[in-house]
Amino acid sequence: MPEEKPPPVVTPARVIIAICLIAPFVAMLWVSSYAKVDPAFIGIPFFYWYQMLWVLISTALTMIAYKLWQRDQRARKEGASS
Amino acid sequence: MKTGVNGVALGVFIFFFLAVTVIGFMASRWRKAENEESLDEWGLGGRSFGTWVTWFLLGGDLYTAYTFVAVPALIYAAGAAGFFAVPYTILVYPLIFTFLPRLWSVSHKHGYVTTSDFVRGRFGSKGLSLAVAVTGILATMPYIALQLVGIQAVLDVMGVGGESSNWFVKDLPLLIAFAVLAAYTYSSGLRAPALIAFVKDGLIYLVIIVAIIYIPIKLGGFDDIFAAAGEKFAKLNPATGKPIGALAPGEAGQWGYATLALGSALALFMYPHSITATLSSRSRNVIRRNTTILPLYSLMLGLLALLGFMAIAAGVSVKNPQLAIPQLFENMFPDWFAGVAFAAIGIGALVPAAIMSIAAANLFTRNIYRDFIRPDATPAHEAKVSKLVSLLVKVGALAFVLTMDKTVAINFQLLGGIWILQTMPALVGGLFTRWFHRWALLAGWAAGMLYGTFAAFGVASPTQKHFGGSSKEIPGFGEIGYIGLTAFVLNAVVVVVLTFVLKALKAPEGVDETSPADYTADAGDKGVQIDLPPATAGATH
Repeated sequence: MPEEKPPPVVTPARVIIAICLIAPFVAMLWVSSYAKVDPAFIGIPFFYWYQMLWVLISTALTMIAYKLWQRDQRARKEGASS
Repeated sequence: MKTGVNGVALGVFIFFFLAVTVIGFMASRWRKAENEESLDEWGLGGRSFGTWVTWFLLGGDLYTAYTFVAVPALIYAAGAAGFFAVPYTILVYPLIFTFLPRLWSVSHKHGYVTTSDFVRGRFGSKGLSLAVAVTGILATMPYIALQLVGIQAVLDVMGVGGESSNWFVKDLPLLIAFAVLAAYTYSSGLRAPALIAFVKDGLIYLVIIVAIIYIPIKLGGFDDIFAAAGEKFAKLNPATGKPIGALAPGEAGQWGYATLALGSALALFMYPHSITATLSSRSRNVIRRNTTILPLYSLMLGLLALLGFMAIAAGVSVKNPQLAIPQLFENMFPDWFAGVAFAAIGIGALVPAAIMSIAAANLFTRNIYRDFIRPDATPAHEAKVSKLVSLLVKVGALAFVLTMDKTVAINFQLLGGIWILQTMPALVGGLFTRWFHRWALLAGWAAGMLYGTFAAFGVASPTQKHFGGSSKEIPGFGEIGYIGLTAFVLNAVVVVVLTFVLKALKAPEGVDETSPADYTADAGDKGVQIDLPPATAGATH
């Protein structure tokens, strides 16, 4: 068994990761915030383009979470081997 | 509307179909391992797929032909409510990001091929593992049947089969498509759908990009499209006296919309075929990286859903909404391109059908055959049984489609989603904690299955008495919600309460063969093998 002192479980980076992953749930499950027709975008009602926009936003958020997680893991591995 | 056989479209369709058939058979030679006689090799492609292959494979099996036909069909029929597919696929990826890397690690450490393998190893309970396996197989079968329904819709619109009174002539094209699918899955295993998925996705992207630019221009822009749709949905339904649909969900529909999106997202990655595609990836990093590129498909799905509105604006009028999109393509596109579009849908049905039948076969072989019938089966024997079962599963699905009404397949698919969600406490709970008691998990599963089935049975719609939909009033809450999610909450409550009781009674716990470190192990760590010994020894990529 390795004997290094484990780094704290909750770190600022991990909090950001959690927020990135939870945000889409809040946005998408709060249906009343976007269940309307106006304002339309190039003729597409708000309801539709807003959710499509969230596809892009959630992709960006997952990407941030992925990068932060990678950095977090790399730091922990280095910390463990030194 | 055109009638008769559309020769040009059919020709193009057949051309693509033949092309993928050749690819399917050649696939067994692609990234070939030394020992191909094991289940790991046939059923998980040697677990060697990198980011892009995994992306195509996952996309190929989460976004099925049925999705492409059904989502716009729902929009065509009911408007906004059908768009739940978009938030649903948005929510899937954070879930995959969180859960599946842990499953990958523990599976690769202990050589698990299915979710049931994991549940048995984690909780030391064959009964619980059997429950998970049976649920998986039950939920997958109608899903495969629906893929065949998707092919049938395309064939119908092309004027092949469908209307002929002779049952043999009517079903012959479907039988041929089916035989081809069965033959190459049998010979090439998971490699076949992985390769064909490239062709499928290429075609589908092409068709959608063309459709989303070309059709609105022909119809006079999105303003006109949504104006026409708004007009249609404002009409009153003679049966209920309410409008038949809406461009944005009203207050009453919002709970249903949210619970359906959440419940479907939770269910999706519990399906055996999504697990199969995930476990076949090379490392846990591949899975996480994939969650950052998979949403490309959600975007595609959103655009595709809008086709439902275009079908309304284009004046497509069909009794069966499932035919709306194929009919839209035939009306709007030149014949040759309609052929390409139909080929995209047809091939889009073959890929998931192949992966699903492989996943169901893996479950049967590992968790029913080996655990209960022949414990001493060798890896080569396992692979043989699995190949045969994948064939049987497909024959079963075919029989389903040919002998029963299409609505039956759709009803069962709806039930399948509710059922598969009930395996979540054991699977996801097990990935994070060992606190749950195995008997409590089994009882919770049974409660969820029973409630879900009865609740769905009791939903009536204007056209059918039972299984008329997947939403119902949540007991004691008053809002309309997705039955699967309600059943899942009931399931979870039973699990927690009974775990307290069983722990107080000191009921025997099963043996846990995993350790905490197993859940974070990655490729290259000690004891983690990309391929499983001894069956796939020497297979390095």
